[in-house]
Amino acid sequence: MNDDHDSAYAGLLVDDAHWAFGEAAHDDPLAGMDTSIPAGVDATELASYCLELGDDALVLAHRLSEWCGRAPDLEEDIALSNIALDLLGQARLLLTRAATADPSVVPPLPDGSPVPPEDALAFFRDDHQFRNTNLVELPNGDFAETICRVLVWATYRLALFERLAAHPDGVVRAVAAKGVKELAYHRDFAAQWFVTLARGTEESRRRLHTGLAQVWGYRHQRGEDAVAEAVLAEVLAAAGVAAPDVGPVATSSHTEHLSRMLAEMQVVARAHPRGRW
Amino acid sequence: MTAAADEDLAAGFDATIAAGDRIEPRDWMPEGYRKTLVRQIAQHAHSEIIGMQPEGNWITRAPSLRRKAILLAKVQDEAGHGLYLYSACETLGVSRRDLMEQLISGAQKYSSIFNYPTLSYADVGTIGWLVDGAAICNQVPLCRTSYGPYGRAMIRICKEESFHQRQGYELLATMMRGTDEQRAMVQESVDRFWKPALMMFGPPDADSPNTQQSMDWGIKRHTNDELRARFIEMSAPQAAALGVTLPGNDLDWDEFWRIVKGGGPCNAQRIAHRKKAHDDGAWVREAATAYARSPR
Repeated sequence: MNDDHDSAYAGLLVDDAHWAFGEAAHDDPLAGMDTSIPAGVDATELASYCLELGDDALVLAHRLSEWCGRAPDLEEDIALSNIALDLLGQARLLLTRAATADPSVVPPLPDGSPVPPEDALAFFRDDHQFRNTNLVELPNGDFAETICRVLVWATYRLALFERLAAHPDGVVRAVAAKGVKELAYHRDFAAQWFVTLARGTEESRRRLHTGLAQVWGYRHQRGEDAVAEAVLAEVLAAAGVAAPDVGPVATSSHTEHLSRMLAEMQVVARAHPRGRW
Repeated sequence: MTAAADEDLAAGFDATIAAGDRIEPRDWMPEGYRKTLVRQIAQHAHSEIIGMQPEGNWITRAPSLRRKAILLAKVQDEAGHGLYLYSACETLGVSRRDLMEQLISGAQKYSSIFNYPTLSYADVGTIGWLVDGAAICNQVPLCRTSYGPYGRAMIRICKEESFHQRQGYELLATMMRGTDEQRAMVQESVDRFWKPALMMFGPPDADSPNTQQSMDWGIKRHTNDELRARFIEMSAPQAAALGVTLPGNDLDWDEFWRIVKGGGPCNAQRIAHRKKAHDDGAWVREAATAYARSPR
């Protein structure tokens, strides 16, 4: 190895094109994509649908990121961050799509604010403007509850994303095509841990039952899905776990947890509405 | 084993070091060499794991989705570095579990820099620029360290650290193009982290008892003061380009030793956090072990 290796540090003062993540201004998540609205698609409905899908991903990404540095072992710490990063990626694309389809969904910011639409949507909407389901906003609970939530959510989301291959909007189709591979991994990760905890120790089995009962009633909030239900039944059977006797949670609003979560998530961005990050 | 055979092994080890070649896990090595490596690699691994906390403190408050993704990926990389290094350490006959317990009990140390608090989002950038920058100065020479698994882990780690340093600098450069409040936030953060970053190179050479033996064994390649001087020299033009003023280079070594001995602002908090995560996860690790042992 030669001494050039020592000078990696000296490479800081190169021009911006060398930055791995690119200049913020060039970092449009949909750069290079055709964002015109296809014939026959209602732009308002498309934006609303993208906000639903994007907010689900954003809020769950946030919850999973709360595990960073706190997971049971390094491998799980890395895996949960990975899932959070995938979902954050989905959220950025979908929020940006919502803003391009219907700019009126983006909250107004002070003149001259450089905040891009994805961040205006994520950091400058109030809790009642978020379209996510209750399932993703519940606190993490313990590792078992987190695994149950990821299993239920990723199973439902994957079944949906497979169907979105036929969506009329090209951006939604592209997001779904990318997301299918990610969600298949998320579901697999959660299913493996589900079986492990179910067949591990008495304590892990007890915690798994409790965690599953916590999230089970929330899984239908975007409608019941026979494909997803069949997969969940298979995982539960492999684990030897009976479905909890919990009916659908009747709710038309967010839980108390979302506003508190957003207070933390939005605090720095809101303190600097003209800030550049 | 005869004394003559022992001498042959020692001569072989010395010849390998003298030739600048690598010692591998199955090679004979002096017990002092093995112990020094375990201490150094473990300390390095622990620094990666504890180092997740000060920056992790801002993941849930990152002010843009792009920054949140960058920061989460960065902290995740640190967990990955911890994994490589614990694995390198395991080739010397110690287990990750034992190392984790020694971290939590305080028997093994980690870098003192992580005992300072992160008080604003600018600290994420400053840690990347100065703390990761100082770490790179310390670590790049370790890519050529005499112990093979450590050197190879360090090659990978240094590539990622260099990337981290750039993201930190880029965050600060972006904030400096923002509002007056943001520029003040950057300067205030640099004011707090500059001297602690300089102390990352360790005590002055005159007070560094292990340096000479580590250099003779090819574990360490430069003295603390040499590396510190180099870092100061490299940072000056970067600070100028950024538009921040670096505080002076006079260091308070009493503060350094106070923090090394546990009296820093966040020592107790960092260990308590790690202990809680470790304890909270015990039932999961036990379940995984039980499942792995169960008949299928």
